[in-house]
Amino acid sequence: MSIRYTFGGDEHLFVECSEDMSLEAFFKSLSMAKGVRESGIKGVTEICPANASFQIKFNPDIIHPDDILKEVKSIEGAAAKAEPVLKTRIVEIPVFYNDPWTHETLMRFRERHQDPTGTDLDYAARINDYGSVDDFVGAHSGSPWFVSMVGFVAGLPFMYQMVERQRQIQVPKYLRPRTDTPRLTVGHGGCFGCIYSVRGAGGYQMFGITPMPIFDPTQTTSYLCDFMVFFRPGDIVKFKPIDRDAYDQAVEDVDKGRFAPPIREVSFDLREFQKDIDGTNAKLEGMLYGH
Amino acid sequence: MAIKVLHHGLSTTVQDLGRPGYFHLGIPVGGAMDRYAMRAANLLVGNDEGAAGLEAVFIGPKLEFTEDALVAITGADMPAKVDGVAQPGWTAFKVKAGQTLTFDFLKSGARICIAVSGGIDVPEALGSRSTYPIGALGGFKGRPIAASDELPVGKGSLANEGKTVVEELRRKPGMPAELRVLPGLYWHRVTEESQENFFADEWKVANEADRMGYRFKGGRKLDFVERDQPFGAGSDPSNIVDSCYPYGSIQVPGGTEPIILHRDAVSGGGYFMVGTVISADMDLIGQLQPHTPTRFVKVTMEEALAARKDRAALLGRLRATFA
Repeated sequence: MSIRYTFGGDEHLFVECSEDMSLEAFFKSLSMAKGVRESGIKGVTEICPANASFQIKFNPDIIHPDDILKEVKSIEGAAAKAEPVLKTRIVEIPVFYNDPWTHETLMRFRERHQDPTGTDLDYAARINDYGSVDDFVGAHSGSPWFVSMVGFVAGLPFMYQMVERQRQIQVPKYLRPRTDTPRLTVGHGGCFGCIYSVRGAGGYQMFGITPMPIFDPTQTTSYLCDFMVFFRPGDIVKFKPIDRDAYDQAVEDVDKGRFAPPIREVSFDLREFQKDIDGTNAKLEGMLYGH
Repeated sequence: MAIKVLHHGLSTTVQDLGRPGYFHLGIPVGGAMDRYAMRAANLLVGNDEGAAGLEAVFIGPKLEFTEDALVAITGADMPAKVDGVAQPGWTAFKVKAGQTLTFDFLKSGARICIAVSGGIDVPEALGSRSTYPIGALGGFKGRPIAASDELPVGKGSLANEGKTVVEELRRKPGMPAELRVLPGLYWHRVTEESQENFFADEWKVANEADRMGYRFKGGRKLDFVERDQPFGAGSDPSNIVDSCYPYGSIQVPGGTEPIILHRDAVSGGGYFMVGTVISADMDLIGQLQPHTPTRFVKVTMEEALAARKDRAALLGRLRATFA
């Protein structure tokens, strides 16, 4: 995994830890981004971690681009030795798959899709070799996901499925991005899942919708009163399929301030996970549901 | 004091110099597209450069003032009128209580900055008054202004009436527009021939051009260097494993239409980027109208830093006129 450094204009240093996505690449980029933050390099104004890369915004009036490059490169060695262990939390997110709102939207933008004759779910199930949409939904909600990046728009989580590479769901993004996506759409592009935190443009395939707000600038949602953004990189997510009635009930609970997503603190060790993926996932699920 | 909105124009938002520090959560810096113009407008009416004003695109709003105030219009050339009487641009003029500020048709550029003495006094959100509409954050109720809104205005001074910015300190894009670009990021993904074409071709601003990004059309399609797509990127050759997007970065989905991300940028995504517009030229982008012929000009980092210095010197001269 050799690191590539490149400049985004005169104000950004872009660091690609790996071209391919993997949990190793994610942990490497997270630990390097942390290293840069802790080193307190002068002129650094913002550090944005991503899936397998990260970006540093700097003020070139304070530090010359050559100098920041040198400083960041010097952190590479120490970051490689960091223990791949995360203190984090696991959270259950209810999803109404195949809902009417994303369905209406995907029909509206059909000419931008690879397969204009079906739905995004039909397409994703077929190209991932699932016999039916139900089987596909079973796989999507059957294993936990790592939040490997927060961004695109306010508070949107990118999620990486915690299964062997050959079992991971992969779909292309839309041929041309849509100009509209319903708020709280559960989507997928490349190997990444996401939840659209707000309504807006997007290029991911659309599978369903969650009733659980994850960004609230008014901070009136009960579990978002301390900070308006729910997700942080490193969170672990487990989806739970729900039907229309449960969806409507959850929306009402959110409105009345009594919706509380199940959340548990957990510790995650990448080495244990790699030794026994299903066992680690079962343990995580056990902690979430307290059995 | 307050400003009553009689008509909102096309899309008029409260903006200052933005809210840095939250891009890692997907919340962009925002702020005026043409920061130099917003700084100048504020200085003209005696405000701090970072006070909040209004940014209007293509069509000006219609505003009634409840108390006397100084106003300055900068950026695009869109003549202002007070109760029907024409007012000069880049100049502080007085609007009396009960008078109405309106605008003529746009003559050049795309966005005006409207500064009012005392500044637009909406509450700060995450340290800024800038409007981030898709996040319903900041500004006036998190959205563009609308008829019958009453915009709160802080306490200001009328001392600067008649102050003006001299012609050579008013910064405007040329025709055709030129935007200087530092190649990089995923530049290596396109063939040498496409790298040359990208800078040789004349592009035109497309209709999909807003505060999030400016789309361009008309140049030749970019061809990609062949490779097996990395795991997780998706199958299109223009896809990458989703990464951060720098402000000013140029992504080319499908290799066809470049999009320059601007102040309300999405913070990351899965399309490769060919490079980044240099910081010195970011202000110019928001003044480009749809169909404006545009060339991308290749520069080195040293040239980018020299341009940045020139721009800082221009701002220094502007500030000196108000010292």
